Amino acid sequence: MKKILIVDDEPNIVMSLEYTFKKNNFEVFIARDGQEALDILQTKLPDVIILDVMMPMVDGFATLEQIKKEERLQHCKVIFLSAKNKEKDIEKGLSLGANLYVVKPFSIKKLVEQVHDLLS
Amino acid sequence: MNSIGLLLILVLYVSILFYIAYWSEKRSHSKWTNNPYIYSFSLAVYCTAWTYYGSIGVAAESGLGYLPIYLGPILIIPTWMIILKKIIRISRVNKISSIADFISLRYGNSRFLGALVTIVCIFGILPYISLQLKSISDTFHIVTKTQASSNIFTDTTTYVCLALALFASYYGTKYVDASEKRRGIVTAVAMESILKLIFFLIIGIYVTYFVFDGVDDIYKQAATLKDFDKKNTIGGITDAMNWFFLCVLSMFAIFLLPRQFHTAIVENNKETHIRTAIWLFPLYLLLFNIFVFPIAWGGNILFEGKGHNSDTYSLLIPQLFDNDTLTVMVFLGGFSAAISMIIVSSISLATMLSNNLLIPYGFIGSLENSSQEKNSKRIVNSRKIGIFSLIILAYAIYRLFILDYSLVSIGLVAFVIIAQLAPSFFGAIFWRRGSKNGAITGIIVGFAVCFYTLLIPYATGMTNSVSLFVTEGPWGISLLKPFQLFGLDYLEPIPHAVFWSLLINIMSYAAVSVSFKGNYRERNYAEMFVDIDQYITNHENAFVWKGTAYISDIQKVLLRFLGEERTKRALSIFNLKYNIDKNVTTADARFIKFAENLLTGHIGTASAKILIASVVKEDKISLPEVLRILEESKENIIINKMLTDTSNELKKISEQLKNANQELVNKDIQKDEFLDTVTHELRTPITAIRAASEILHDDDAIPEELKKQFLQNIISESDRLNRLIDKILDLEKFETGKQKIYLSKNNITKTILTTITSLNQLIKNKKITIDFDKTDHVIKAFYDEERIIQVIHNLLSNAIKFCSETDGKITISILENETNVAVKIHNNGKRIKEEDAEAIFDKFYQSRNQNIKKPIGSGLGLAICKQIIEHHKGTIWSEKNEVEGATFTFTLPNYNTSETN
Repeated sequence: MKKILIVDDEPNIVMSLEYTFKKNNFEVFIARDGQEALDILQTKLPDVIILDVMMPMVDGFATLEQIKKEERLQHCKVIFLSAKNKEKDIEKGLSLGANLYVVKPFSIKKLVEQVHDLLS
Repeated sequence: MNSIGLLLILVLYVSILFYIAYWSEKRSHSKWTNNPYIYSFSLAVYCTAWTYYGSIGVAAESGLGYLPIYLGPILIIPTWMIILKKIIRISRVNKISSIADFISLRYGNSRFLGALVTIVCIFGILPYISLQLKSISDTFHIVTKTQASSNIFTDTTTYVCLALALFASYYGTKYVDASEKRRGIVTAVAMESILKLIFFLIIGIYVTYFVFDGVDDIYKQAATLKDFDKKNTIGGITDAMNWFFLCVLSMFAIFLLPRQFHTAIVENNKETHIRTAIWLFPLYLLLFNIFVFPIAWGGNILFEGKGHNSDTYSLLIPQLFDNDTLTVMVFLGGFSAAISMIIVSSISLATMLSNNLLIPYGFIGSLENSSQEKNSKRIVNSRKIGIFSLIILAYAIYRLFILDYSLVSIGLVAFVIIAQLAPSFFGAIFWRRGSKNGAITGIIVGFAVCFYTLLIPYATGMTNSVSLFVTEGPWGISLLKPFQLFGLDYLEPIPHAVFWSLLINIMSYAAVSVSFKGNYRERNYAEMFVDIDQYITNHENAFVWKGTAYISDIQKVLLRFLGEERTKRALSIFNLKYNIDKNVTTADARFIKFAENLLTGHIGTASAKILIASVVKEDKISLPEVLRILEESKENIIINKMLTDTSNELKKISEQLKNANQELVNKDIQKDEFLDTVTHELRTPITAIRAASEILHDDDAIPEELKKQFLQNIISESDRLNRLIDKILDLEKFETGKQKIYLSKNNITKTILTTITSLNQLIKNKKITIDFDKTDHVIKAFYDEERIIQVIHNLLSNAIKFCSETDGKITISILENETNVAVKIHNNGKRIKEEDAEAIFDKFYQSRNQNIKKPIGSGLGLAICKQIIEHHKGTIWSEKNEVEGATFTFTLPNYNTSETN
C-alpha cells in the first residue's frame, strides 16, 4: 500500500483529499502545517507528499528545504499545491526539487492520475 | 621693602608670565588659550597704568573727570557686532596685521599713507609707552622708598626697562608672518588683565572697609575738605562739552590705538568671540572704576596738605599703615598694567615700523634676491631691533621730557594724536568715495593742529608756566592762542585740541575726497572694504587687475619669503579653490591678489604690492573700466548666488519627485500584493468547494454521512467567500467615502456586552477568561452601533485568536475623560513587534512581511476598524513597548463634546 502525506491548513480541502486518496488505496497521513509534517516524517516514510505553500508557521517552501536535507526522504515525490500561480512561484517550487506544482483550484481526479504517474 | 627684594619679586613675577606665554604658545589651539574670555580679557590691555594709578589722581584732583575715558568705549562697544566684525573680516581676508596696513590698503595700497600712519602712531604711542615706564619707575621708587637717580646707569628702573625690552622683542617676533596669532602673548596679557583688576579691587576694598568705615565714612570726612563741592559738581554746559569730546576721543581710541587694533582684530580667532566681549569688557571697565573714587578721596583725607602725588595714593595708603604685602601687590598690579601695554604696543608699532616704513622704503631691494631663510631672519631681526629700540627710545623720552607730567595728560595727548586716524579709518569702511589724497590731507592737517595745540606746548613745558605763547598767542595774535584757537575759550586744552584737529581733519578729508577722484586701485579696495560681506568667501574675485603676468615669476617671489613647502601648499589650495588647471602659466587678477596676500603678513601690504609689481606687467585701467568690472563681478556674485539658489531649488524638487516616485512604486507593489492576497483568499474557498463538488459528482457510492459533510463544507466555504467579498467592498466604500455612518446616542458598556455575547462560544472553546469592569455608570457616546460592534467584534476575535493558548485572559476597560471615551482591549498572548505597531492597520499588511506564510484571518479586519473609527473622528492604535501581551485602544468623542459640537 502506497503512503501519502497531505499537508494543508484548510480542513475542508484536506477532507476531500483524504477521502479521495483513501478511496484509491493510499495510507493517508495529515499535517496542518510544515512543522507538523516534519514531525510526522520523523517516523513515517510516505511515497508522496502533497504540500500546500501558504501555511502558518513553517510554509511549504521551507518544509521542502528541510525534507531535501534528509537522506532518508530523498525518494519521496513532492507535489506543491498552491493558490499562488505566478510563474516565479512555480519556478521557485520546482527549483527546490518538487516533482509537480499544482495550482489551486485543481481537479481531484487529475491530481490522483498525476500521483499515479509519479509513482509508476 | 628694599630694592633687591622687590627686584627678586619682579623677576619671579615676570618669569611666571613668561611661563604662561610659553605654555599657551604650545597649546595655541586648546580651549584654554583660544576662547572668548581670553579674548575679552586681552582687550583690557586698554586699562594701563593710566587707569590703574592715573584715574585715582584725576578723581582726587578734579572729581569725576576720569570717567569719560571709560564711558566712551562702553557707549561704542555695542556697535562692535557690526563695525568690529566688518573690520575683522576685512583684516582676515587681506592678512592685515596693523592699523597702518588697514588704512593704507584701503586707499589703493598706498606706501606713503602706510608710512604716514606709522609715523602718527609712533608720535602718539611712544610718549604713551614712556608714561608706562614712568609709572613703573615712580612706583618702584615709592615702594622701595628710594629716590630716582639722575644718573640712568645707577637707577634700578633702567634695568627693569632693559629686561622688559628684551622680553618683548623675544616674544613679539616669534612669527615672520605678522598676521599670525600670538597666543602666548595674548594669554599672558589676559592673565595680567585679570590680576590687575583683582589687585585693584583688593586695594579698593582695603581702603574703603579697613582703613575707613565704608563709603559713607569717606564721604562724610571728604565733605569737610575744601573744594569738595566744586570738584564733584558737573559744571554746566562747558563741562558737558569737555565730557562730550573726551567720550568721543575714547570711542575712537578703543578702535584706533595700535594695541587695541592688535588685540581686538589681529588676534581675533573667531568672530563669535565678539559676542562675549561686548558684555564682558564693559563689565570689566565698570568694575575697575568702582573703587577709584573711594581710594582717591580716602587719599585726600589721609594726606591732606602733604603734597603727595595723588596718582600714587593706592600705594601710599597701604604704606602709611605699614602693610608691605598689600603695597607690593598693588605695585605688581600696576606693573602688569604697564607691561601689557608696553609689550602689545611695541609689538604692533614694530610691525608697522618694519612693514610700512623700513621694508617698503628701505631694504626691500636687498630682500629681492636672497633666500627664504635669510629674508625671514632679516625681517624678524628688524622687528626685534624695532621693539627693543622703541622701548629704549620711550625710556629716553621719559627721562628727557615727561618727568613732570601726570599720567593722564600724556595719555590724553596720545589719544588725540591717534584720533587723527579716525576720519580715514571709519571712512574706509563706510564711504566709497573717500580717497587716498583726502586721507593723507586729513591726517597731515589734523596732526599739524595737534602739534600746534598740544605737542609744542607740552614738549616745551609751557603748560605749567605762564608763557606768552600760551596766554597771548604767537606774535601777540590772540586768535592763534594754542589753547584758545580762533577764540574758542571755554574748552580745556585736550577737548579743545580734539575739537579743532578733528573738525579740520574731517573737513579736509571730505573736501579733497569729493573734489578729486581717487585712482582705480583705491576705488577697487573701497568696494572690497565697504562691501566685505559680499566678498568674504572669494575676495580675490573682487580684485581688478589687467596685464601680463606669469605664475612662475610670482612663484619665485613667494619662494623667497614663504619657502618651498608653504608656497607649494598655497598654490595647490588656490588651484583647488578656483578650480584652476595646474598647467596654466599666466596669472590672473585673482592670483595676483592671492600672492600679495601671502606676502602681506611678512612684509606688509605696500611691500607686497611692490614685489609683485616688479615681476608682472600691469596695464593701466581707467576708473570707469574698474567700476564696470566691479559692477560685473558684483553681478556675477549675484548671478552665482541665484544659480546656487536655483540649483538648490532643483535639487529639492528632484528629491520630492524621487520621493513621490518611490511612493508610487510602493503603492504599485502594495496593489500587486493586495491583488495577490485577494486572489489567494478567494481561491482557497473555491478550491474547497470545487474539490467537494467533484467528489460528490463523480462518486455515487459515497456514504450518506460523508455526503452531508461535503455539502456542509460547500455551504460554509461559500459563506466564507461571500464574507470576504463583503469585507473588500466594505473597505472600498470607506476608502472612497461612500460608506455612511449613522450616529446615535449609545451606551458603550452595553455595546461591548452585546459583542461579547456573540462571541461566547469561541471564548468558551478556548477557555478564555474575560475581565470586563462593568461600571454601573452609564457611559454614553455618539456612534453607529452596528459599526462599533463590528470594530469590537474584530478586536475581540483577534484577541481570542492570539490569546495565550493555555491560560488565555482578555481585559476590557473603558476610560473616560472630557474629550473622549477610550476602550482598551488587552490579551495576554504574544507582543506586537514595535515595527508592526502601526503597519498592522494597513490592509493585508501581514501578507507583505510574511509573503509565503499564510495570514491568519483575511488581513482586512484592522484596516476596516481603522476606517470605521476614523469616520467617527476617533483614533485607534496598538500600544507600543508593552511588557506582556497586546493592547488595542480606540477612542470615540465623548457624548458631551459631540453634543455641544
